[in-house]
Amino acid sequence: MNIKTLFTGKALALAASFFSLIAALVLLIAPIDALADSKSISLTNVSYDPTRELYEQYNKLFRAYWKKTKGQEVEIHQSHGGSGKQSRSVQEGNEADVVTLALEGDVDKLRKAGLIDPGWVKKLDKNSSPYTSTIVFLVRKGNPKNIKDWDDIAKPGVEVITPDPKSSGGAQWNFLAAWAFSNKRTNGDEAKNKEFVKAIYRNVTVLDSGARGSTITFVENRKGDVLLAWENEAFLVQKEHPGAFEIIVPSLSILAQPSVAVVDTYARKHKTEEVAKAYLQYLYSDEAQRLQGKNFYRPSNPEILKEFKSTFNLNVQLVNIEADFGGWDAATAKFFAEGAIFDQIYKK
Amino acid sequence: MSAFATLTLPKPWRRKNSVIPGFGLSMGVTLTLLSLIVLIPLASVLLILKNYSLADFWRVITDSQTVATYRVSFTCALIATTVNVVFGVLLAWILTRYRFPGRRIMDGLIELPFALPTAVAGIALTTLYGTHGWIGSLFDKIDIKISYTQIGITLAMIFIGIPFVVRSIQPVLEKLDGQYEEAAAMLGASRIRIFCRIIFPEILPATLAGFGLAFARSIGEYGSVVFIAGNIPYQTQITPLIIMLKLENFDYLAATSIALVMIVFAFVVLFGINILQAKVLRIAGGAT
Repeated sequence: MNIKTLFTGKALALAASFFSLIAALVLLIAPIDALADSKSISLTNVSYDPTRELYEQYNKLFRAYWKKTKGQEVEIHQSHGGSGKQSRSVQEGNEADVVTLALEGDVDKLRKAGLIDPGWVKKLDKNSSPYTSTIVFLVRKGNPKNIKDWDDIAKPGVEVITPDPKSSGGAQWNFLAAWAFSNKRTNGDEAKNKEFVKAIYRNVTVLDSGARGSTITFVENRKGDVLLAWENEAFLVQKEHPGAFEIIVPSLSILAQPSVAVVDTYARKHKTEEVAKAYLQYLYSDEAQRLQGKNFYRPSNPEILKEFKSTFNLNVQLVNIEADFGGWDAATAKFFAEGAIFDQIYKK
Repeated sequence: MSAFATLTLPKPWRRKNSVIPGFGLSMGVTLTLLSLIVLIPLASVLLILKNYSLADFWRVITDSQTVATYRVSFTCALIATTVNVVFGVLLAWILTRYRFPGRRIMDGLIELPFALPTAVAGIALTTLYGTHGWIGSLFDKIDIKISYTQIGITLAMIFIGIPFVVRSIQPVLEKLDGQYEEAAAMLGASRIRIFCRIIFPEILPATLAGFGLAFARSIGEYGSVVFIAGNIPYQTQITPLIIMLKLENFDYLAATSIALVMIVFAFVVLFGINILQAKVLRIAGGAT
């Protein structure tokens, strides 16, 4: 077939109709965004992995609240992923109005990048952590490997699933909780602690990049004996697969404080400062706190936390990043930086 | 051909009867696009690295964990591409030489790995080959684990690489003149001999091209491989993944350094294949 025949008659007609079909499809999909009411305001919340369900419900609650108090529709866009990855995406131009991430450090990276004004931690109550969580074990029904505490998952023959601390906030909490357990038992013997976490990570067969990825590996692909998970994530799995899994609360865990902040630079640019601030502030209201409890996050309001005492094990000893690890900067440098303890435990 | 020969061509690059008029314009457009889409982004990699000392660069790219990822990526890609070449030749052969029901559908399916979002492929493969998946559970009985091992990585690379090989070989096989085979058969050559001496030399350059493309793609593949790779340092961590991890820790320089290693390697592979291909073509064309 030469060029001339290719561009004549049937072939041309066929090609033209094919391309117009694609063009029509694109046009059909494209304008949906543009149709949004000009009176409405839109807000982007970049969050970490397991908060999908929480914010889906919270956004409805907040929309109703904002409509009632300000008479304005607010459209909220959500984005989820590994906390570190999400923080980087904002830094690289994903123009979030608010971030609700797993680690204070991931939010603080945005301050260092000049996107969030200094002093953000103190702008909201409880160091900008409206809800907290902790790290628990999720095991299969009947707990076949008889896992009770951290030393059980360090034993040979137990297959552990946890995300990669290099990319996941939840994974860093997991690592630090294991370290804290060992540290208490060895009275601060670093070499022994290293051996202990090394034994645990030798049992890890899949290091996903985010907490949700690990959950899928463990739950859907049925890989591993124990998942080190956010407490909220573990409850969520139990709710969705009743009877298939058990939650084991170890004797000691860590108080995980996810952080929220307004990304000042972008909020100013989008003129959404007011609604962004209200969006985070409203997380502390009684209704929102209850919603967090229902989604298995521990509400920061002690009164409302008490309402959920049948859900949460409130007796578990929780270590704290500030008091026990000297804050995130120190912990990151010691454990997760290039060549630090996490890298060392894999070095041969 | 004769009309072509009688044309006077004062300068060969100013051919008058070219399909797209205006060599200058089309070359300009080509160079601009090539620069914007390929050359400038690649050059920016070097630009990012300009503040990096050679010692740091060397330390990052020779770090034992990083070196382990090269090993995983390259061995898996090599195995996957070898498998792809064998099956790709077979597939292309079947598709061009036989007419059977469903041939067109099969022909279309080959390209699916191009079109499918790689993450979809990765998730499907992981589920299927996991210890509880349809196929994975069979292998689990004989104690072979596929998902989250290097076997799984290889499998994902086979998946994404196969169309490159098939689509490189297929047109050559289609154009191959049956007369040579007939002549060889009349002269008493066995079927194996015909394949080795007549067909194989003809498709060798195309096979090499397919090998190069599939290999380069396998090394660079991220989307589907991450799902099936366990991401355990020193065991199932691939190079594109360690680049992502460095990025997620805001270590742009380290990520860029390793990326540069991959770019250089991919270029060397493709360039080497091109040279080899040219050589083979010269021999096949009877230049000896």
